[in-house]
Amino acid sequence: MRKTCLETVFKLAKKNKKLVFIGSDLGPGVLDNFKKKYPNRFFMEGVAEQAIIGMAAGLAMQKFRPYVNTIATFITRRCFEQVVVDLCLHNLPVTLIGNGGGMVYAPLGPTHQAIEDISIMRALPNLTILCPCDANDMKQLVMQTIKVNGPIYIRIARGGEKIISDGFKAKIGKGLIFKRVQKYNFITTGVMAQVGLDAIDKLKKKYNLNVGLIHFSTIKPLDKTLLRKIFKKSEKIITIEENLKEGGFGSSILEYHSSLNNNDKTKIKIFGLKSSFSNKYGTQQEILKENNLHDDYLSKKMYRFILNDRF
Amino acid sequence: MNYEKKSLSISLDHRSKYLRKLVLKCLIGGDRGHMGSAMSLIEILRVLYDDVLKFFPSNPKNENRDRLILSKGHGCLALYAILADKGFFSKNVLSTSSKFDSILGGHPEFDKVPGVEASTGALGHGAPIGIGLAIGAKIDNKKFKTFVIVGDGEINEGSFWEASMIAKKHKLNNFHVIIDYNKIQSYGRTKDVLDLEPLKDKLASFGYKVEQVNGHDIRKLKTYFKKIKNSKTPTALISHTIKGKGFYFAEQNPFWHHKNFFTEEEIKKLNSCMKD
Repeated sequence: MRKTCLETVFKLAKKNKKLVFIGSDLGPGVLDNFKKKYPNRFFMEGVAEQAIIGMAAGLAMQKFRPYVNTIATFITRRCFEQVVVDLCLHNLPVTLIGNGGGMVYAPLGPTHQAIEDISIMRALPNLTILCPCDANDMKQLVMQTIKVNGPIYIRIARGGEKIISDGFKAKIGKGLIFKRVQKYNFITTGVMAQVGLDAIDKLKKKYNLNVGLIHFSTIKPLDKTLLRKIFKKSEKIITIEENLKEGGFGSSILEYHSSLNNNDKTKIKIFGLKSSFSNKYGTQQEILKENNLHDDYLSKKMYRFILNDRF
Repeated sequence: MNYEKKSLSISLDHRSKYLRKLVLKCLIGGDRGHMGSAMSLIEILRVLYDDVLKFFPSNPKNENRDRLILSKGHGCLALYAILADKGFFSKNVLSTSSKFDSILGGHPEFDKVPGVEASTGALGHGAPIGIGLAIGAKIDNKKFKTFVIVGDGEINEGSFWEASMIAKKHKLNNFHVIIDYNKIQSYGRTKDVLDLEPLKDKLASFGYKVEQVNGHDIRKLKTYFKKIKNSKTPTALISHTIKGKGFYFAEQNPFWHHKNFFTEEEIKKLNSCMKD
């Protein structure tokens, strides 16, 4: 997903002469082709995230289109005030690309595990947040970023994941219905769409239940029109995200649901990472399992939710 | 050269007093403001706007303008005074400062105040934004220059030093920093809170061409800005100033860093200091 994202940025740079790329201290060889072709639009400025965000703001003030890339925890936590003041307050078209969203960097420990980036970024006015589910989704969305007239945060998740969005037309601000909306639905963001689809297979095989799945690649602004339609048809919804539940994606669905002035009886449960720093290493899959973010657990939970059984 | 308070005591001419009177309009009108932080800045801004910067009050966003970022946003009353004086907006607006509907807040905002480049107030943001502007000018082959005024307390922030390293790396000779070195930050003397010395050596080691000046001496400020016109490197000016300059009771007095709820007596005293 990361490779696709950066290659798409390079593609955009060929068409847009004002596009600049700014990295902090990425791995050797990153976007060498970009650097070779457009040396004066390629920047690698060192482990100085605060200054890099300000620099991107200054460039954007002069009609440049900066794409800034580093590890997700550093591009959100380290320079949060710069993102708030320099980018969001000024509403500048700077795209932040965070590598390793969620538990991708599982073995590197809590300093590198982006568990709350969605929560903290979601609180910021003017910011668009994208959380694609696979490389195909990523490519389509990144191509559209150049048209957004404000700051964007893109969360890159697991690399080399299965392509599940083939044939779907991704659009910033729009959710994608991967499995037809039913009485019972999963609403997911990022690579949790895959987990949700696997859970749906299990529900079908084991209990012959049809469950829908809607993937929200844009966390902010929320596709409220689609959500209202889903609420109308749904009795029960489970949201899944690779982020803390506090203030995350599921929380945004609950917030919107609570703001609706109607008799909507849809019941919603949200699933995400546990409210703690992980004290494990291993692989992303192992940590997700430890956090109950896997198909077995989620299919069982959905089944009990449907039966009104002990949850 | 000695830059202690005594040696900076220079008497203010008519224009310097006039600009301070405009600041008083904001202070008294809003009944609050960073008084000391604005008064130390007046001569720096006066020389920049009278003699150095290219600007267009009737078209503030003109592409050829020089960019000035007041990174120490809390000194904004001085910026408001000079912008009003230059006709970016009416001087009548000054007395609305800090009021509910005013365009003039306790920190300057780019989308409200004509002539303000960036919303500042959170410290350590101006220099990084400034290097972005300066790099942008280089890519676009534009001639404009970027000036960033930082406070002394402000450069406690690491982001200033990060930006400085980047300025050196890209040989940004169109990037000019001015440090309003009044030697008082919110809590007390910079020397006690977090000493910046040896400041000149520090800045030089980060790649700036550094000069020092009495920041209230119009003639010397003018000479300095003429000198850096064809600079080959980023420049930093350590402008030694007096916090609250021109008001004997406020000079170097941390209690006048920010002041509100002025008494009749205080207003009288403030006004009397600015009589010609």
